[in-house]
Amino acid sequence: MIFTIAARELRSLFLSPLAWAILAVTQFIMAWLFLAQIETWLALQPRLAAIEGAPGVADIVVAPLLANAAIVLLLITPLVTMRSLSEEYRARTISLLFSAPVSMTEIVLGKYLGILGFFLAVLVMLTLMPLSLMVGTDLDLGKLAAGLLGLGLMLAAFAAIGLYMSSLTEQPVVAAVTTFGLLLLLWIIDQADSAQADGVVSYLSMLSHYQTLLKGVFNSMDVGYYVLMIALFIGFTIRRLDATRLPH
Amino acid sequence: MSSNTLVQVNGLSRYYNQHCAVNAVSFELARGDVLGFLGPNGAGKSTTMQMLTGNLSPSAGEIIINGIDLLDRPKDAKQAIGYLAEQPPVYRELTVDEYLAYCARLNRIPRNRIAAALATAKDRCGLGDVATRLIGNLSKGYQQRVGIAQAIIHTPPVVILDEPTVGLDPLQIREIRSLVRELGEDHGIILSTHILPEVQATCNRVQIIHNGQLVFTDTTAGIDARLDATALLVRFANAPDIATLQQLPGVSAARRLDDQRVRIEYSGDSPAEALVEQSVAYGWRLQELVTERHTLEQVFIELTAGDTAAHVEGAAA
Repeated sequence: MIFTIAARELRSLFLSPLAWAILAVTQFIMAWLFLAQIETWLALQPRLAAIEGAPGVADIVVAPLLANAAIVLLLITPLVTMRSLSEEYRARTISLLFSAPVSMTEIVLGKYLGILGFFLAVLVMLTLMPLSLMVGTDLDLGKLAAGLLGLGLMLAAFAAIGLYMSSLTEQPVVAAVTTFGLLLLLWIIDQADSAQADGVVSYLSMLSHYQTLLKGVFNSMDVGYYVLMIALFIGFTIRRLDATRLPH
Repeated sequence: MSSNTLVQVNGLSRYYNQHCAVNAVSFELARGDVLGFLGPNGAGKSTTMQMLTGNLSPSAGEIIINGIDLLDRPKDAKQAIGYLAEQPPVYRELTVDEYLAYCARLNRIPRNRIAAALATAKDRCGLGDVATRLIGNLSKGYQQRVGIAQAIIHTPPVVILDEPTVGLDPLQIREIRSLVRELGEDHGIILSTHILPEVQATCNRVQIIHNGQLVFTDTTAGIDARLDATALLVRFANAPDIATLQQLPGVSAARRLDDQRVRIEYSGDSPAEALVEQSVAYGWRLQELVTERHTLEQVFIELTAGDTAAHVEGAAA
């Protein structure tokens, strides 16, 4: 049942030109950044060759690429998630789901998986670029995997937040704006807390957890952070959907 | 509760903040019933229907669908319901076939029976010709039919239709009405509407809701009996004296409306035959003879326009 809803969600996303436009623009920007990073690496390479244990292509090309990808995806996430529930409220199609024999949890998970499906496509297209480096050079696949895991987890957290914001309003644009605001806040939140670097506020920062994964360090604390974020916002969304039916 | 009872509603209430939209409504629906749900705007029709289909949670009360409590086991109960909301819940970017296949899967129809269910639903709602078109490009009438097809695709015992004929042209209205009658043979149907002749044409039971309370419940046959004619409207080119008319057998009162028209009240058998005979014999030149019937409309207006509860109670008794 979850997959039926997810498949419909994904299908509707790809039936709108928005999804294709997002994919094309993201790919173009990422390709530009990728090529710029390659250029940097080519300029540095003669000097790096002389140093023992110098940073490899994974450090110089892949890590900055994935770091930039996170920012680009932060910008596009609100556009992808904004319609998922708001549009159903607005077009009153939500009554189809409410009167069908499916639970709120199934509806929310179905919607969430549909969005993840789209992000998976983004991620796959993105991964092809660093993988193409394997043709000409050695690539540290472990580092790439850690970085991709980080990016994937972060996208999944973005999606959960976007889905929740979309469940709050009938207006897709409002959902987009609030999603963007919250994501950006979580991104920069540790800047206010620079004096005490291991405070609660800095733990909330999405960026710091991502940076460790980009360095190739797999820390269960960081993975746990993203899983927690995802579970939290999915839980909120289920509660919210349930609450729309309650007397108030 | 007999085995034929499909829906049983006990003491259903719903508040919006302090405002009580539905107040302690109770009723039953049996297999083969087509129940017309009437009421002015804002009376609580849609709220009641949304509660019956799990789109809103009731503030109080109990809903039993096909023997299953909707609030305790929502999934099992919802399996037995097909619901068309006021605005058909269609995805404009899908084709009719894609949409109905999605609805079939949502309603847990086994994979190998989806094609057959789709074909039946399309056939019943006359959607064969538009199966591959985008729903967004269809006319309102066709979208409405897609909505109905969605509600019956899993052949649920209970079908709930919220104003299914709004915005349709007269021909489409007729088709939908005959579809509803046809569905009523093997499903239980609850239908809400403002259009009173629609109820008389399609339903076998009527319920009127006003200010959140059920003020009237009866079968349409019972209403017909209640609405028995007790007056004739007659027009003569050469009208006789009122006194003459009053002496006709069965006539209890006669009143002149204008030069030519007379309203004759009677009890027992209609004096129409005697009237015609006399008219011929005395040269009254009868030109028009109409039995004045109470319509459901009169009952409706009587029940919903009156503001005292006592008045309403009296009419519903």
